[in-house]
Amino acid sequence: MVEEAATVLSHDQLERVEAWGRASGSVAHVYRPSTLDDLRGVFQVARVNGRTIAFRGGGNSYGDAFGNREQIVLDLSRMTRILDWRPQDGIITVEPGVTVSQLWQYVLEDGWWPPVVTGTAKTTIGGCASMNTHGKNAWKLGTFGEHVRSFDLLTASGEILTCSREENSDLFFAVIGGAGLLGCFTSLTLQMKRVYSGLLRVEVATRPNLVGAMHYLEERMETADYLVGWLDAFARGRSLGRAEMHQAHYLADGEDRYTAQSSRPVNQALGDSVFGVLPKSSLWFYMQFFMNNAGTRLVNTAKYTMSRLTAGEQGKSYLQPHAAYHFLLDYVPYWKYAYGRGGLIQYQCFLPKETAEDGFRDLFQLGQRKKLPNYLSVLKRHRPDPFLLSYSIDGFSMAMDFRITDRNRARMVSLTREMDEIVLRHNGRFYFAKDSSLRPSVAEVYLGRERLDRFFELKRRVDPELMIETDLWRRVLRPLY
Amino acid sequence: MTERETVPDRPLEPRPRAIVIGASSGIGAALVSELTKRGYLVAALARRADMLQELCDTASLSAAPGVYARPYPHDVTDFDAIPELFDQIVADLGGLDMVIYNAGVMPAVGLDEFDFGKDKFQIEVNLLGAMAWLNLAAMRFQASKQGNIVAISSVSGDRGRRVNPAYHTSKGALSIYMESLRNRLTQHGVAVTTIKPGYVETSMLEQVPNPRGAISAAVAADKIITAAEKGRQVAYIPWRWEIIMLIIRHIPSFIFRRLSI
Repeated sequence: MVEEAATVLSHDQLERVEAWGRASGSVAHVYRPSTLDDLRGVFQVARVNGRTIAFRGGGNSYGDAFGNREQIVLDLSRMTRILDWRPQDGIITVEPGVTVSQLWQYVLEDGWWPPVVTGTAKTTIGGCASMNTHGKNAWKLGTFGEHVRSFDLLTASGEILTCSREENSDLFFAVIGGAGLLGCFTSLTLQMKRVYSGLLRVEVATRPNLVGAMHYLEERMETADYLVGWLDAFARGRSLGRAEMHQAHYLADGEDRYTAQSSRPVNQALGDSVFGVLPKSSLWFYMQFFMNNAGTRLVNTAKYTMSRLTAGEQGKSYLQPHAAYHFLLDYVPYWKYAYGRGGLIQYQCFLPKETAEDGFRDLFQLGQRKKLPNYLSVLKRHRPDPFLLSYSIDGFSMAMDFRITDRNRARMVSLTREMDEIVLRHNGRFYFAKDSSLRPSVAEVYLGRERLDRFFELKRRVDPELMIETDLWRRVLRPLY
Repeated sequence: MTERETVPDRPLEPRPRAIVIGASSGIGAALVSELTKRGYLVAALARRADMLQELCDTASLSAAPGVYARPYPHDVTDFDAIPELFDQIVADLGGLDMVIYNAGVMPAVGLDEFDFGKDKFQIEVNLLGAMAWLNLAAMRFQASKQGNIVAISSVSGDRGRRVNPAYHTSKGALSIYMESLRNRLTQHGVAVTTIKPGYVETSMLEQVPNPRGAISAAVAADKIITAAEKGRQVAYIPWRWEIIMLIIRHIPSFIFRRLSI
């Protein structure tokens, strides 16, 4: 109970809280409550000790979104109960620490799939709602928040507010995508999507350059269910942005004769070896030898050439389980360690469809010119969404992974500043879950003063004493508050 | 808090946090300047408040934006005050990555003088103060699985010479204490570095009759922090003292006690 909870901060709770990309981190008192009472107990600890709280789900944000230097980090990864499931209409109520992995394994055998999933299944539902994540169908089904029906939010004062599009709707649209700054989810109710098979029809094709890759997505917006492109940021000139493209379709009712079989989690598994012999858990070790400009250039070229020879521009299609298709970031376990001690950051920006081609070309060329090309680039299509701190846009996003080392840090700082200017010049936006470099002045431009003021007004209402803070809040939003 | 001290942390521009105990002059003052130059946020501790304030002001002014040194007047023999001050400093700095214990005294002791008062004072400042401070650092770093613990010991700790027995004892004991810390903390990802300076141009050197090849405090500070950042176990500063002390350590006692070194 609350009264019995320990109210002293001890050394014993200290833990290094590292950004997912490992390029930064800070030390905090970390608590992992498993019940609502314990959760309230952590709020009490914070209040008594005059500390602030940050919430953490799966800890998959690339930067400092869940960090809280020398304060309290409330880790929700033990709040993993499925509270209610209605297989007849696909509505599920879960605690915030339930992971995407847990969720799909729970619903798939009843013929449902989460409508929006992240590229890794290790994210939590609370985290996905806080950051308002997206998947490879963002242009079609929008962001994660669009499929949240309602949630309960524990605010700094200890009150639990039920929020939906009807009830406390101003909070509903601000908490989703609000980076965990307005309160803590205690439960969320989501709508799942009906599927008629555990398999997807996937098509792989190549495109020789950026324009081709963007057209590939545009042309398939009406017909495809998932679209994504993997670009080679090393290619120059006419090949700039050459890409391996993926589209996927759900199977129609009756198309899969063995739905029960294909929907079993065991048949969705990603597999644990390559070529049947090399254990995947050791792959990151070998990958690190290619994590330099020359090595990645080689790998990217080899990968593109292989796809061009096997699939080509006309494409090649096959059936693939949902899990294997979606959770590509889980395909090679521990792959982030291949980036070495300094880790990686991701720079993801969203550009309107009218300016995207220009903007992405400028970004790629800038990285090449500064000899800081990004090692992984993912192109996706988006649509606007109704949330307050939205990053969504009728256009494209490019997610770019950069290796960070002690030697390139200073140059990466100036590179990200120049990239920010390019993005702003093209009316682009940014995404907190991926961010490590945003400055207040840039956030103010892309979010706009009016949206920020509405967010801050809600913050003052539900957390007047600023008990909920994160490293990202102090870096990007607090200076504008 | 000044404006400089409220600059938020940015993931790509890390600002490690350091405490320097014994910072008002000599190597300690040079360490504060060098650390701020390298982008550390520094808590500088010493007894002499006015000197400390001036040092911190100068170091902060020449540092990058958002980087500063803050003075904390403190007497290391005030053992009871240390735990609270430690927590206060960690909260003020917003973290802790390195602790350097540099406080040390060496009063003049005649070759035929046996003064317990002087001996006790040296043990308290050079050894017990280090234990009081570094135990706290060890506890924190053990939990947070990171950090650098550094103590400025001395080449004097390698052998008990005839001058000032208590000084040699305090530095010898400090080196052993550091070795024990290292053996405890390596498994937790904590680096423990013992620094053994030879001749460095500080007020302490005034007692040495013929300090050949002394280096400046600034040069020593640069070498000390480099050694600490590399996670070196024991570093002689400058390195030639490693050879000198290797020889001196191996002089058999029947010869050593007849030498005037």
